[in-house]
Amino acid sequence: MIHSLFLINNSGDIFLEKHWKSVISRSVCDYFFEAQEKAGEPDNVPPVIRTPHHYLINIYREKIFFVSVIQTEVPPLFVIEFLHRVAEMFQDYFGECSEVTIKDNLVIVYELLEEMLDNGFPLATESNILKEMIKPPTILRSMVNTITGSSNLGATLPTGQLSTIPWRRADVKYTNNEAYFDVVEEIDAILDKSGTTVFAEIQGVIDACVKLSGMPDLTLSFMNPRLLDDVSFHPCVRFKRWESERVLSFIPPDGNFRLMSYHVNAQNLVAIPVYVKQNISFFESGSSGRLDITVGPKQTMGKTVECVLVTIHMPKVVLSANLTATQGTYTYDPVTKILVWDIGKLNQQKLPNLKGSLSLQSGAPKPEENPSLNIDLKIQQLAISGLKVNRLDMYVEKYKPFKGVKYVTKAGKFQVRT
Amino acid sequence: MTTMQKLLQLPVNAVNIVKTVQGVAHGQEEARSPVLTPDGGQQNWYSAVQPEELRHLRTASVFGSSGGVGGGEGGDDKGSGEEGISSAQTQPLRHDDLKEMLDSNKDSLKLEAMKRIVAMIARGKNASDLFPAVVKNVACKNIEVKKLVYVYLVRYAEEQQDLALLSISTFQRGLKDPNQLIRASALRVLSSIRVTIIVPIMMLAIKEAASDMSPYVRKTAAHAIPKLYSLDPEQKDQLIEVIEKLLADKTTLVAGSVVMAFEEVCPERIDLIHKNYRKLCNLLIDVEEWGQVVIINMLTRYARTQFLNPNINESLLEEGGEKAFYGSDDEDDDDEEKKAEAAALAKRKPYVMDPDHRLLLRNTKPLLQSRNAAVVMAVAQLYFHLAPKAEVGVIAKALVRLMRSHSEVQYVVLQNVATMTIKRRGMFEPYLKSFYIRSTDPTQIKILKLEVLTNLANETNISTILREFQTYIKSMDKDFVAATIQAIGRCATNIGEVRDTCLNGLVQLLSNRDELVVAESVVVIKKLLQMQPEQHSDIIKHMAKLTDNIQVPMARASILWLIGEYCEHVPKIAPDVLRKMAKSFTNEEDIVKLQILNLAAKLYLTNSKQTKLLTQYVLNLAKYDQNYDIRDRARFIRQLIVPTDKSGALSKYAKKLFLALKPAPVLESPFKDRDHFQLGSLSHLLNAKAGGYQELPDWPESAPDPSVRNVEVPEWTKCTSRKERKEKKVEKPFYSDSEGESGPTESADSESDTGSGSESGSEESGSGSESEESEEESESEEEEEDEEDERTKKKKKIEKSKPKKPESAESDQSSGEEQKRNRKVVKERRSGSESESEEESESESSESESESEEESESDTDIKKKKKAAPSKPPPKQTKKESKKETKEMSLLDLDDFDPTPSPQVTPVNNFLSSSLVADLEGLSLTDTVLAPTTIAPSSSVRMYELLHRITGEGLAVEYCFSRQPFSPDPHMVAVQIQFTNNTSSESKSLHIEDPKLQSGMRIKEFPEIELLPAGESVNVVMGIDFCDSTQAANFQLCTHTRKFFVSIQPPVGELMVPAFLTENEFKKEQETLLHGQLMGMNEISEKLNLGEKCQSDHAIVERVTAKANLSRVPCGSEKENSPPLPPPPVSSPVSRFAGKTVSSGSLVLVTVARKEGGGAQLTVNCEKMVIGTMLVKDILQALTQ
Repeated sequence: MIHSLFLINNSGDIFLEKHWKSVISRSVCDYFFEAQEKAGEPDNVPPVIRTPHHYLINIYREKIFFVSVIQTEVPPLFVIEFLHRVAEMFQDYFGECSEVTIKDNLVIVYELLEEMLDNGFPLATESNILKEMIKPPTILRSMVNTITGSSNLGATLPTGQLSTIPWRRADVKYTNNEAYFDVVEEIDAILDKSGTTVFAEIQGVIDACVKLSGMPDLTLSFMNPRLLDDVSFHPCVRFKRWESERVLSFIPPDGNFRLMSYHVNAQNLVAIPVYVKQNISFFESGSSGRLDITVGPKQTMGKTVECVLVTIHMPKVVLSANLTATQGTYTYDPVTKILVWDIGKLNQQKLPNLKGSLSLQSGAPKPEENPSLNIDLKIQQLAISGLKVNRLDMYVEKYKPFKGVKYVTKAGKFQVRT
Repeated sequence: MTTMQKLLQLPVNAVNIVKTVQGVAHGQEEARSPVLTPDGGQQNWYSAVQPEELRHLRTASVFGSSGGVGGGEGGDDKGSGEEGISSAQTQPLRHDDLKEMLDSNKDSLKLEAMKRIVAMIARGKNASDLFPAVVKNVACKNIEVKKLVYVYLVRYAEEQQDLALLSISTFQRGLKDPNQLIRASALRVLSSIRVTIIVPIMMLAIKEAASDMSPYVRKTAAHAIPKLYSLDPEQKDQLIEVIEKLLADKTTLVAGSVVMAFEEVCPERIDLIHKNYRKLCNLLIDVEEWGQVVIINMLTRYARTQFLNPNINESLLEEGGEKAFYGSDDEDDDDEEKKAEAAALAKRKPYVMDPDHRLLLRNTKPLLQSRNAAVVMAVAQLYFHLAPKAEVGVIAKALVRLMRSHSEVQYVVLQNVATMTIKRRGMFEPYLKSFYIRSTDPTQIKILKLEVLTNLANETNISTILREFQTYIKSMDKDFVAATIQAIGRCATNIGEVRDTCLNGLVQLLSNRDELVVAESVVVIKKLLQMQPEQHSDIIKHMAKLTDNIQVPMARASILWLIGEYCEHVPKIAPDVLRKMAKSFTNEEDIVKLQILNLAAKLYLTNSKQTKLLTQYVLNLAKYDQNYDIRDRARFIRQLIVPTDKSGALSKYAKKLFLALKPAPVLESPFKDRDHFQLGSLSHLLNAKAGGYQELPDWPESAPDPSVRNVEVPEWTKCTSRKERKEKKVEKPFYSDSEGESGPTESADSESDTGSGSESGSEESGSGSESEESEEESESEEEEEDEEDERTKKKKKIEKSKPKKPESAESDQSSGEEQKRNRKVVKERRSGSESESEEESESESSESESESEEESESDTDIKKKKKAAPSKPPPKQTKKESKKETKEMSLLDLDDFDPTPSPQVTPVNNFLSSSLVADLEGLSLTDTVLAPTTIAPSSSVRMYELLHRITGEGLAVEYCFSRQPFSPDPHMVAVQIQFTNNTSSESKSLHIEDPKLQSGMRIKEFPEIELLPAGESVNVVMGIDFCDSTQAANFQLCTHTRKFFVSIQPPVGELMVPAFLTENEFKKEQETLLHGQLMGMNEISEKLNLGEKCQSDHAIVERVTAKANLSRVPCGSEKENSPPLPPPPVSSPVSRFAGKTVSSGSLVLVTVARKEGGGAQLTVNCEKMVIGTMLVKDILQALTQ
């Protein structure tokens, strides 16, 4: 299975290596660097690279390449999924997964990696179990540690590994018992030049933050579960109950976790919350172009559209942009050729508009394709699919928890072709 | 001292041992090893250092300025040959400093030192010279130090084998610790130390751990197996024994790890799986996700060796008849195909899927919902490789979902989807748009999506796809544009209808400014033109003109080839092109030069007058070319085409050689035939065999003996019963409810479908067979009981196998399932209450009995008689009976088949029938035709088992929902309970205790029964407020001697009471419910096909009222106002039923609208969503059978 792991930053430094079997020289990474150079963009590095004696399976997360070395046949997704799990674990432990935090917590990282794999085969990947064995660093704890010389390792044995519900740690106690559920929906859409929807769908997740004492058994039901077309669950969810009753019944892990992801029934028409009027043109002569974009609210169900952000990947020949925005600010990065227009809240009365000229590299032929616009947005207190949580019931435990549900709609991969 | 700390205690003199070993055993090593020398020498020096100085050392090094200390120590390092430790960062001074800290007796110093050492390891710096100093601390009491020492030990033990041995005794002691976690941890580290000398120790440790009591230790043992194997492959045979043993393990914890070990050590020993196959299938859902992946992949291979190809009939026709596969009529097609097959190959037996094969498919299906992409992929590949064609479709949705994940996941999934789309295009067609490309996708993803889109293209969707492609062509990403052009080319070759459109489009691209685009188009056009050159001479002319502009060699070569090949179509232009090319010959790329030669040769053969000189010239130029290929080609062509006296016989055939008709190239997907690699595997992704890849075997010609999977006692009985059932064809596939099942389940053959719709047909049989079926039931019941007896011996096994049986021929499926599931929940909360699962199965079987009772009263009577008198059953039954008796005589208790004494049930029935019929008669204006006896749902009052007489130690308790109002509290459901005392002694003070209820639920207990004499029965009524949920009410039933945990679970239909509405009221209420605050959320409608037996109006009424406690709404006038014919209800297409939920009084409105040809529409309106949904399911079921 997984033989070794190398963490490599963007500039090509190997800043961490871990071997689960015998040691493999870090020179194996040269093959990776070669592929990286060939690919150019980090996104284009093939996830699986073949070398004479090994296979390198890598992922790119938070500007770090996680390169694992494999010697024999293994499902590539197995490794990829595991590497992402590692990255998520770092995020969970240190708040962010970056080179700096990893370097700062090198020992904890190492201990984590040691526990997560045994001889290359995943051992403990549930954060609840790992946290029982290795405490995440907090400012307070690190201060106490420096003073008293105590450690981050739990003094008790990690009994969670023995339990039948390995995702939940034992003996959870809170004074305030709370359970929060965030229903986050993302609209993936492709709109064509005229604003017609080429493709649109809604993908949603329910992220939970459950801080409940003991072993609560929760049941979450929806007003309209039939909206959900395709679902995937955290292992804690009892699938059979979902199959028959369409309720989520589960003993939750402690802390934050993703309860379910879902896809909304394709038959339902997707409401597109904004419309975009755009006119981008490049002139054959004079090496210049014009840009005129207006964004307005469309089907917003009476809510305000916030955090609207338009990102445009300009053709290489665009040197600079001289624009005026009636609302928000715009920036153009001449190196990456990315134009970002940060609009903020959409105003029904005064539609935000960005207008002006683009100057192109002189002599170069005008670009054939107009760049497409990527739109980000956010609507609070609305699940665009109409999904509603009906109720949350708790069994087994006696206390009354505080329960909260929040709805957010965001733009996922929302693209307007021009 | 915590238990963990015990783990690593070295003997007190461990440190001394280290020293001795250094001194004695490794004298040689020391001489060589620069690492050890200073250490040995420093031992004394360090002991002189005062603690204060130590602290100083530490702080100094923490701040990275070890200079001051270094000055004092410099002498020790002179000539110590540090060059072995490569990098400049390895500062010997700091290492000495670390050693010092490790030797101190302060844990905090040790910890600090270890942390820095581990950080060094993490950064890839060599810390091997610290080995002796570190290994001493294996005895440290501080857990974190110890853990870090482990990390160090495992990393460097291989390099310092002898020193590593010092730690072994510690681990050996750990292996004997009473705490399982310590044993496991000791084994884990011990097996991770790659030192060959300890192989025997490891072997011993693994063997012992494999029979450890703790599953966690056994899991660790399974993990250790591949470690030992890689260290010493000689141990394989012994390890296989251990694997065999661990494979038999019944815990989910071990399953994944041992299969992993199996895959690494002996994947070829497929025979080891037989006995564990069913267990693995059943445990699968509870295994941790990584284990699931490994098990599923292994089982895929296993299934390929053991079962027959489910698509065996289709596979012969696969080449031709693929297209219409997912069309609406595919079922018929398949059937026809099958028939044709059967006719043609009369020898071949009709395919029947092995029940074990079905078991695997069914138990893996829920895992498609896993959050882990690897698990989803594993299931997808399993379905792709193993499932019958008609069922593979389920994986598409899950795979499309994975496309939302990280781009690496997308990449792998798309690779697999690309392979799948070649074989099973229809599966992904509905998801076409999910493969549309965004400009922000990475290029490698774009190209894969393009591949999938191309594979999915067919006559119907090609126009949409081409429109998409048009957008892509304008992309800034030129690699992607090139790939798009190729994709267009492939679409054009595959789909004749659009060939011209594509060609025109591509020709337009020839005027594109981007040379790459033009070049790619030329190449593709060349391939397309080869298919029908006659019609396209103008395109060829156009392309000839392009030679002036296009510089891309491949494109130039393509054009030249085209002109040469079709020179008769462009007789005027061709020589001219050659002339131009001759001019620029020397500056061309090699491939172009070769094509120029080619063109010259062809022109010479067809038009030698005009081109003779030119050809000579070109050949002469080529003669002196630098590239020998070109020189060779020139020589070869000259000999062949220019006639000389010496020219051989071949020159006669020059025309034939050069101007032969060439077949058009087939533009193929690079993913074609990749599916001979197991999908989802590394080998598949690379399209090359990776090390350790296990070939996916071909299906066997004939199935190997399925009995090898049979496991002793309990499963075996099941197996026979299953076979019997299969013969009789009474079983049918049911929707996968796999959890907790074990052993083979009923077979579902190739006709099976996942939906419940398919069930409609199979149950259709005359009353005769109906009763036969119920005998089956009673028989399975009997077996059930046998097992229950056995339970006393083998509790565990049976518990797992239990729920399966009664369902197999179960007609009341969904409610049964529901019940089961609910109980499961209950079970999860309550530990080890066996009585539950038992009564569950019992109640289900009794349910199915009463289901058939509905059919007709007389039927029931017959059945009851039969049941009552098992001594004179029909011959068939005797045969079976006797068969069983020979096996399990001692366990069989015929008393069990005594029917519940009828007088006790009848009162309820009588009461009910009279009251309900009266109600219905009074309200219904037109239903007069319905005989009161038939409409009465009396016969449908089912008895549910609350306590079986065996578990109840002679006390049998049954209950039914009497449907009477519960007078003390109208919000409660009345439950009639019947106690039967089967013992010889009397039973006293029967009462309820300790109800455990969901929030809001209430129980009104029945008055205590003071005395129940032997052999007597008594009926009591209790009330339960279920709060309109189907959650079970749990309580304890107490006698004077014992307590029994029992639970009552209401079918959803019993949670309501009839409400009497007129049709107009009904419609009004429906309207308000529909357009109320919830906007249609509380209406559920389903289309269904009525079963043959419920085509008539009254059958519908009967079935619905049997299922749910509702009353029929009398038919209004508007539909049948014209002729008040005698049997109007028969013509009335709409039946309405109304009721209210017991607790909250919410209206429940049911409408069944019949349509032409046995179809119907069922609509349920209810504010309570859950109730509505469940009710729909139940009624649907009742009506379709």
